Amino acid sequence: MTAIAARRTIAPHRIGAMILRYWYLLLSSWPRLLELIYWPTVQIITWGFLQTYIAYNAGFFARAGGTLIGAVILWDILFRGQLGFSISFLEEMWARNLGNLMMSPLRPIEFLLALMAMSLIRLAIGIIPMTLLALVLFHFNFYGLGLPLIAFFCNLIFTSWSVGILVSGLVVRNGLGAESIVWTLMFALMPLACIYYPVSVLPGWLQYVAWSLPPTYVFEGMRALLSDHVFRLDLMLEAAVLNAALLVASIAAFLALLRSARRHGSLLGGGE
Amino acid sequence: MTPQDGALPEGPAPDRSGSAAIEVAHLTKVYKTTRAVDGISFRIARGSITGLLGGNGAGKTTTIAMIMGLVLPTSGRVRVLGHSMPDESAAVLGRMNFESPYVDMPMRLTVRQNLAIFGRLYAVANLSERIAQLATDLDLTDFLDRANGKLSAGQKTRVALAKALINEPELLLLDEPTASLDPDTADWVREHLTTYRRTHDATILLASHNMLEVERLCDRIIIMKRGRIVDDDSPSGIMARYNRTTLEEVFLDVARGRAREAAQ
Repeated sequence: MTAIAARRTIAPHRIGAMILRYWYLLLSSWPRLLELIYWPTVQIITWGFLQTYIAYNAGFFARAGGTLIGAVILWDILFRGQLGFSISFLEEMWARNLGNLMMSPLRPIEFLLALMAMSLIRLAIGIIPMTLLALVLFHFNFYGLGLPLIAFFCNLIFTSWSVGILVSGLVVRNGLGAESIVWTLMFALMPLACIYYPVSVLPGWLQYVAWSLPPTYVFEGMRALLSDHVFRLDLMLEAAVLNAALLVASIAAFLALLRSARRHGSLLGGGE
Repeated sequence: MTPQDGALPEGPAPDRSGSAAIEVAHLTKVYKTTRAVDGISFRIARGSITGLLGGNGAGKTTTIAMIMGLVLPTSGRVRVLGHSMPDESAAVLGRMNFESPYVDMPMRLTVRQNLAIFGRLYAVANLSERIAQLATDLDLTDFLDRANGKLSAGQKTRVALAKALINEPELLLLDEPTASLDPDTADWVREHLTTYRRTHDATILLASHNMLEVERLCDRIIIMKRGRIVDDDSPSGIMARYNRTTLEEVFLDVARGRAREAAQ
């Protein structure tokens, strides 16, 4: 195989090896497994009861049943999708294993694909029990959203991967001193993505910022579906276009940061 | 021999295949204001064992990291197994491997799991048999199913060596391979490396502070100081030139600036 062909080939066995590595890690630590379920459960119970209380006292929420619970679950897909990606990546930094991986035939793009797969697995472990709890405790059938749920999920997970890729690049370049950004960056999107309120609540100039973020379209779309029983395909398509641009930009940023890390010698060790 | 002029000295070992395993030309690495590696050039023959000697901060680890493609040079070029690094690294990474104290194996995974994952990354055929063979060769059988984090320092070093050999590399880069081993185990590892080189016709480049180890293992020694190569020859050649009976004495001469007088 020529050098160019070798560089362009994506090998499923290497992606599979990395997924196996994270799977072994999950199974080796019950606190890691418990943590995946714990926070989504706390979230859904808290917000579910709040939704119930508001529904008794406010006509709008009574009509738009499940808006809050739906928003909580979709936000968790966005947030935990990114965490699932980034924590798997951080495991390599914590274990000082990144040098071993970068020196192996594993290509950066294969590494990212394995992290994406792991984010789906970790997300499933956390979100499926959460949705079942919402059904049992609050009679909110998340899966009752039907086919639009697929559009919501795909758009949110792509945004979460883009953010995960970008913050992983920042940690590669700056070491574990930049770890806190993994936990906090997504919260910067929270007020702007209009998770719990419509975009129209924001001041005019801030609405432009909000509409530059793919999750905004998803949460608006969810409210349209639950309140007006209308599926806004236009919103989902616009979000998909933005997501495609965001994903390409984040991968380019990751590769640039990885190259910068090689220039600065931060791949050996990966400390602070 | 002080190869700062861009010529590529090949050292005393014969290059049996006609092309070098490693070619380094005018290699320089500058970190902000620190010149970690300063315009070094050398060629390493296939099938040889070469020792990279030098005190702390001499530039050994940075040189090895640039050969591996983990660190980008500021200037100069590196070719490994006929391919330019890091641009063509995809063509050679599967044919080489390394061990370094700057990286660890995942602690929560068992030795077997770690070796299985790296074996898959390197597309090792008959992986179970290969792991069993390495376990026998490196005396890992008793703790194959123990978490890596629960091993002693010496056991971890042997596991790291097993990982470095999992793909039967043509080129093995080792940074302080016996640093945390007791003398008996260290001797045993050196024996294993010698056998591995002989049976696989492998090329080994190792950085070490252990003079006895270098003297015993290496066909050739490159001595570095402050990012530059200050000497490059066979162990016996270097000791003869410095009029010393051990490499440790040579090392002290170089480290304390007595090199020139001693060599004269």
